[in-house]
Amino acid sequence: MIKSLHKRQSELANAKRQLDILSNGIFQAGELPTFKAKISESNQFPLKAKKLEILQINLGYMCNQTCKHCHVDAGPDRKEIMGKETMLQCLEVIKNTGAHTLDLTGGAPEMNPNFRWFVDEASKAGIKDFIVRSNLTIITANKKYHDLPEFFKAHNIHVVSSMPHWTKGKTDNQRGDGVFDASLKALKMLNAIGYGMPDSKLKLDLVYNPSGAFLPANQSAMEKDFKKALLEEFDIHFHNLFALTNLPVSRFLDYLIASENYEDYMYNLVEAFNPNAVGNVMCTNTLSVSWNGYLYDCDFNQMLELPVNSKAKHISEYNERLLEGRDIVISQHCYGCTAGAGSSCQGTVA
Amino acid sequence: MQKTYYDPADLKKFGKISEWNEELGAKFFEYYGKVFEEGALTEREKSLIALAVSHTIQCPYCIDAYTGDGLQRGITKAEMMEALHVAAAIRGGASLVHGVQMMNKVNKLDM
Repeated sequence: MIKSLHKRQSELANAKRQLDILSNGIFQAGELPTFKAKISESNQFPLKAKKLEILQINLGYMCNQTCKHCHVDAGPDRKEIMGKETMLQCLEVIKNTGAHTLDLTGGAPEMNPNFRWFVDEASKAGIKDFIVRSNLTIITANKKYHDLPEFFKAHNIHVVSSMPHWTKGKTDNQRGDGVFDASLKALKMLNAIGYGMPDSKLKLDLVYNPSGAFLPANQSAMEKDFKKALLEEFDIHFHNLFALTNLPVSRFLDYLIASENYEDYMYNLVEAFNPNAVGNVMCTNTLSVSWNGYLYDCDFNQMLELPVNSKAKHISEYNERLLEGRDIVISQHCYGCTAGAGSSCQGTVA
Repeated sequence: MQKTYYDPADLKKFGKISEWNEELGAKFFEYYGKVFEEGALTEREKSLIALAVSHTIQCPYCIDAYTGDGLQRGITKAEMMEALHVAAAIRGGASLVHGVQMMNKVNKLDM
């Protein structure tokens, strides 16, 4: 298993260094327009936050996998985990928010020792859509996690899981050896109790990230291919496929540079810029909370350490009135969310 | 004079073909777009056909474009290579099948 950039003490573990790369080079030289210049062409700058709909909470960067494309730089060697005090502050917000979706992510959020307590408490708020982003393999990784499907079911959790391909080679290449087989096993466990089955209310969606320096194809066409292959070859069911673009952040940025694909990839993102996707990008209706309680416009800004442009910077200072209408903090990575049909944690946006 | 006949950057300029004949250029690109829409064949199947044909006509622009397109669509290396062997088999077969003409001629002229 590869080590995180942080463990390797890579210069790209430093958010400032990543932002330097994204701001200089082809963008500084004027070869490509900055994201600010690009959205200004269609009078969409500054991008403004609308009413909060999705509260996304990152429970920590610890993970049992070290996927090559991970924008979190998550892995077993990351120790940043949300503590109970911050969780209590989050719960106060969850009880009072008007957001219709609560979205728990990581790392592997299930590895947080207070995960089950937090889900128990948060589910009492009665939020319409309660998502846990599970990497699947955590369910089979250790005996103590084997009952997670039942736990999810008991709390009516909407499970969203990554699956880069329906073949072992492409999946393991991106996510690590053995991930494909373990993911299939976990999917079967989820299916067995009703998750992802046709007409079942237990929602199981998959997330597709390209396994290389290319953009995702049409989401509905990919969904058809995934459904056909997973059903015919493995008798596995799921509901929706979200096709996400990899953003040039953290380990994916590292991969792009190491494989000499960075400039071509940025050209592709800029070329695929879709002004119609800008208005619906996830940062306009989402708030991302980091493991230590700080607020960001999205999970990518969290990793780039670009905090919200608001007086309320921490979950303890949460104030929907202050946060609504704030200017979204942008940089060139934002091109990833506006390419083609757009990209968000809920899939395409345009 | 440019140093090479093919420049990868030229692929992105394909649309400029219309600048010298807007009517025909527009008609071509409209046709091209329509051809690759899902019909009796899926977009994925059409992408594989395009990849195989790209190799048959040995167009580096097309090979670049449809290799990338295939990756985007989740087409695997194995599928890509099988498609190429279909192209190679047809191309090789096309040469070899003319052997019948050669044999006919030989049989006619030879004692």
